Amino acid sequence: MLEGTTAEIRERKALRVNPAKTCQPIGAMYASLGIHKCMPHSHGSQGCCAYHRSHLTRHHKEPIVATTSSFTEGASVFGGLANLKTALENIFTIYEPDIVSVHTTCLSEVIGDDIPTIVKKSEEAGIIPEGKMVIHANTPSFVGSHVTGFSVQCAAFVNYLAESNGAKKNVINIFPGWVEPADMRELKRIAELLGVEYILAPDTSDVLDSALDGEYKMYPDGGTTVSQLKAMGDSLATLALGPMASALAAEKLTKKCKVDHSILELPIGISATDAFVNALRIAGDVTVPRELEKERGRLVDMVSDMSQYLHRKKVAIFGDPDHLTPMIKFLVEVGMQPAVVVTGTKGKKWAQNIREICSEANPEVEVVPFSDIHYLHQWIKANPVDLLMGNTYGKYVAKSENLPFVRFGFPILDRVGHRAFPLLGYAGGLRLIEKITDAFFDKRDREDPDHEIELVL
Amino acid sequence: MKADEPTKVIQVLDDRAAQVWTKGSGEAFVCDRKSTAGSVTQRACAFCGSRVVLYPIADALHIVHGPIGCAVYNWDIRGSLSSGSQLHRNSFSTDLAEKEVIFGGEKKLEASLLELIEYYKPKAAFVYSTCIVGLIGDDVQAICRKVSKKTNIDCIPVDSPGFKGTKKTGYQAACEAAYKLVGTGDTSGISKYSINLMGEFNIGGEAWMIREYYERIGIEVVATITGDGRVDDLRRCHGAALNLVQCSGSMTHLAQLLEEEHGIPLKRVSFFGFEDTAQALYTAAEHFGDPELMCKAEELVRDEIAKYTPKIKAYRKELKGKKAALYVGGAFKAFSLVLALRALGMKTVLAGTQTGNAEDYKQLQDICDPGTVIVDDSNPLELAKFVLEKEVDLFIGGVKERPIAFKLGVAFCDHNHERKIPLAGFEGMLHFADEVAKSVLSPIWKFAPRHELRALKINTQIADTESP
Repeated sequence: MLEGTTAEIRERKALRVNPAKTCQPIGAMYASLGIHKCMPHSHGSQGCCAYHRSHLTRHHKEPIVATTSSFTEGASVFGGLANLKTALENIFTIYEPDIVSVHTTCLSEVIGDDIPTIVKKSEEAGIIPEGKMVIHANTPSFVGSHVTGFSVQCAAFVNYLAESNGAKKNVINIFPGWVEPADMRELKRIAELLGVEYILAPDTSDVLDSALDGEYKMYPDGGTTVSQLKAMGDSLATLALGPMASALAAEKLTKKCKVDHSILELPIGISATDAFVNALRIAGDVTVPRELEKERGRLVDMVSDMSQYLHRKKVAIFGDPDHLTPMIKFLVEVGMQPAVVVTGTKGKKWAQNIREICSEANPEVEVVPFSDIHYLHQWIKANPVDLLMGNTYGKYVAKSENLPFVRFGFPILDRVGHRAFPLLGYAGGLRLIEKITDAFFDKRDREDPDHEIELVL
Repeated sequence: MKADEPTKVIQVLDDRAAQVWTKGSGEAFVCDRKSTAGSVTQRACAFCGSRVVLYPIADALHIVHGPIGCAVYNWDIRGSLSSGSQLHRNSFSTDLAEKEVIFGGEKKLEASLLELIEYYKPKAAFVYSTCIVGLIGDDVQAICRKVSKKTNIDCIPVDSPGFKGTKKTGYQAACEAAYKLVGTGDTSGISKYSINLMGEFNIGGEAWMIREYYERIGIEVVATITGDGRVDDLRRCHGAALNLVQCSGSMTHLAQLLEEEHGIPLKRVSFFGFEDTAQALYTAAEHFGDPELMCKAEELVRDEIAKYTPKIKAYRKELKGKKAALYVGGAFKAFSLVLALRALGMKTVLAGTQTGNAEDYKQLQDICDPGTVIVDDSNPLELAKFVLEKEVDLFIGGVKERPIAFKLGVAFCDHNHERKIPLAGFEGMLHFADEVAKSVLSPIWKFAPRHELRALKINTQIADTESP
């Protein structure tokens, strides 16, 4: 499939070949799924909603529920007011959510539909039942990427819902960033180990990793509740994990309800997890339990056991900015050498930060924001690496260049581990080291000549 | 009785009542309607329809003119195999940004086309218009003309903004686009016994199997449209003597164009299951009226059936009496599935499609057993309701239905175009039986609460009757 790719990097003015990102609305949909009894609503053509649901289903292997305004040619000329009103009426009557989270698409943005006005009119017409609500986020597909869509949606939760009643409670808000349900679960486990009371928003655990219990629940048990979202305004502090996905919401909350915030990297690897644990410790005024220190010790122990196999291995990596920063930090921590780093999302400052992280391990590192997998592939062809890391779409490059490949990020369409095991925290670090060394060793075991095969690695 | 609760709560949208029909109820059935705004429809858009129909044309460049998402969500997700070029499996997008939305995306499209054509040297290029292009008014046609002239490569606009309708609308646009190539190639040397296989997408290599059948009985296949498709095959497909149309929804329009303007008759066929496959071979043989063709066709059918029947019988033994629900894209697929399930000893208790029309549903109603529920443009709640009510053992559908079935503790078989296992032809029936068996007979369902409950009920009944 990639037989046409050449090592020579050609000048491209205007196009994406094998993208390393997707569009804003899917991020908004994922964030909204992390709210309890929330119906994500796509204000646009049917296709957008169907595509996002299918894509999320392929990644999570879970039913994804969302509604659509089902735009037609008429709506595209005369505006989507009627469609959204009918939609809201139907959604509240039939699906009975507590809250409907509307996000726009390129279509409704270009038409210029004013969602708050439509919602207001629906309210006046008695379409929105007492005690229920409709919130919205502007997520045109031609701006930003899936990551910014997630971020804008999180900010909308704050805009619409967070309230402060004056008295601060000893509770810490955590914006987890775009991570897996298993990662959200891990964040909660760490907070609970520390004994910190928290509100995690959004929270897709027990929504997108629910048990087979013989029932189809349109709204599974998990998710941040509306009352929790409201209460975030009274918390002592906010930890925003991942600057691109979470900073906007945390900043809004500071402005609106005067809740102090710190912006941290996602807790991937040793030092980023240390930073998270430390921030929680300070914010919650608690001590770190021995159990967590031991977990950290086990991670450091495993890295030391395997360090000879990791040392100075060149890594090509692509993904979303928030994941890449701590992941690259971790690679450097364990002695590996990031060689080329690609993201589809824009980010000049982010790129500069990555270069600084790599300044000792590899000052020559190639960091390219707003790029694609085709570029990454061309670069690898000219500059061989030892390992490829990225989402499922990397598998073709891995195959074409015969590279060990470790999957992480979104989407993962062809493996199941991400659904069950976190990448975050010290536990996630253990899993990453396992995955990386497995990838190296499996390739060796497969390809080494008989007389060289090593039993003990 | 917790397990019974959901069925009580679940109701059908009032607006949709006429789109759900039970055989034997005597009521009227309504279909072919636009989805109600606010429903959790399983349907997609016109762009999606165009993209999937033209996708398998492997040596063409497929460029999505729009924001990035439209190009990502259908990137290499189909099971259509190509025997040569794999160019179609890459994702090309103009990645429209705010600037282009304001000032137009024509320049970006032109530059993208020129760069890609120079780099990949495709046989032709299809340019898909998305919602936004329909709104900002880019003259895609003019750009295509300009680039075609400059590069000598046919650039064909596909008029597929998503809001134009469901996938069905997109199929039409795809047919119009494909038709631009038809009639531009040399047809010399094509046999008088020749066909095009239309609406055959070579999922898991199905087109290769079917092509081989026809070649064995002495019929030339000029083009498979669009499975394992090639631009040059499309150019000369008007030289075929007969069009066999499989996926009724996607290709009827192109077949009609070929009939009207090139006088090629069309016949509807299906290659799913023994009966349908045999019938499809006989249909072609009969059409050409050469007794030798028919003779060979009968011989082939005999041989193939003899080859696979014993193995399928073994599956039938295990699957007999199991109940199935199916929800698929097109109606023709639904007909074939009902028959194929019957051949495995299974009963269809729910049948539905995304895009069926009145005629399709009439036919579906005719072949189904009494009591079968038939739905048009359904949603997860409705599907879950019927699966529970009808105590279904197997659900057949696509990517969005799979996890719903599993959550209910019901087996699942993917009969969508994302699979890479051939289910067509005689051999395909064996794969189908195997796929169904792998899921239906999985021991894991024993642990599903529904079955645990059922087992509990039976045990209690036994205990009740045994106790004095």
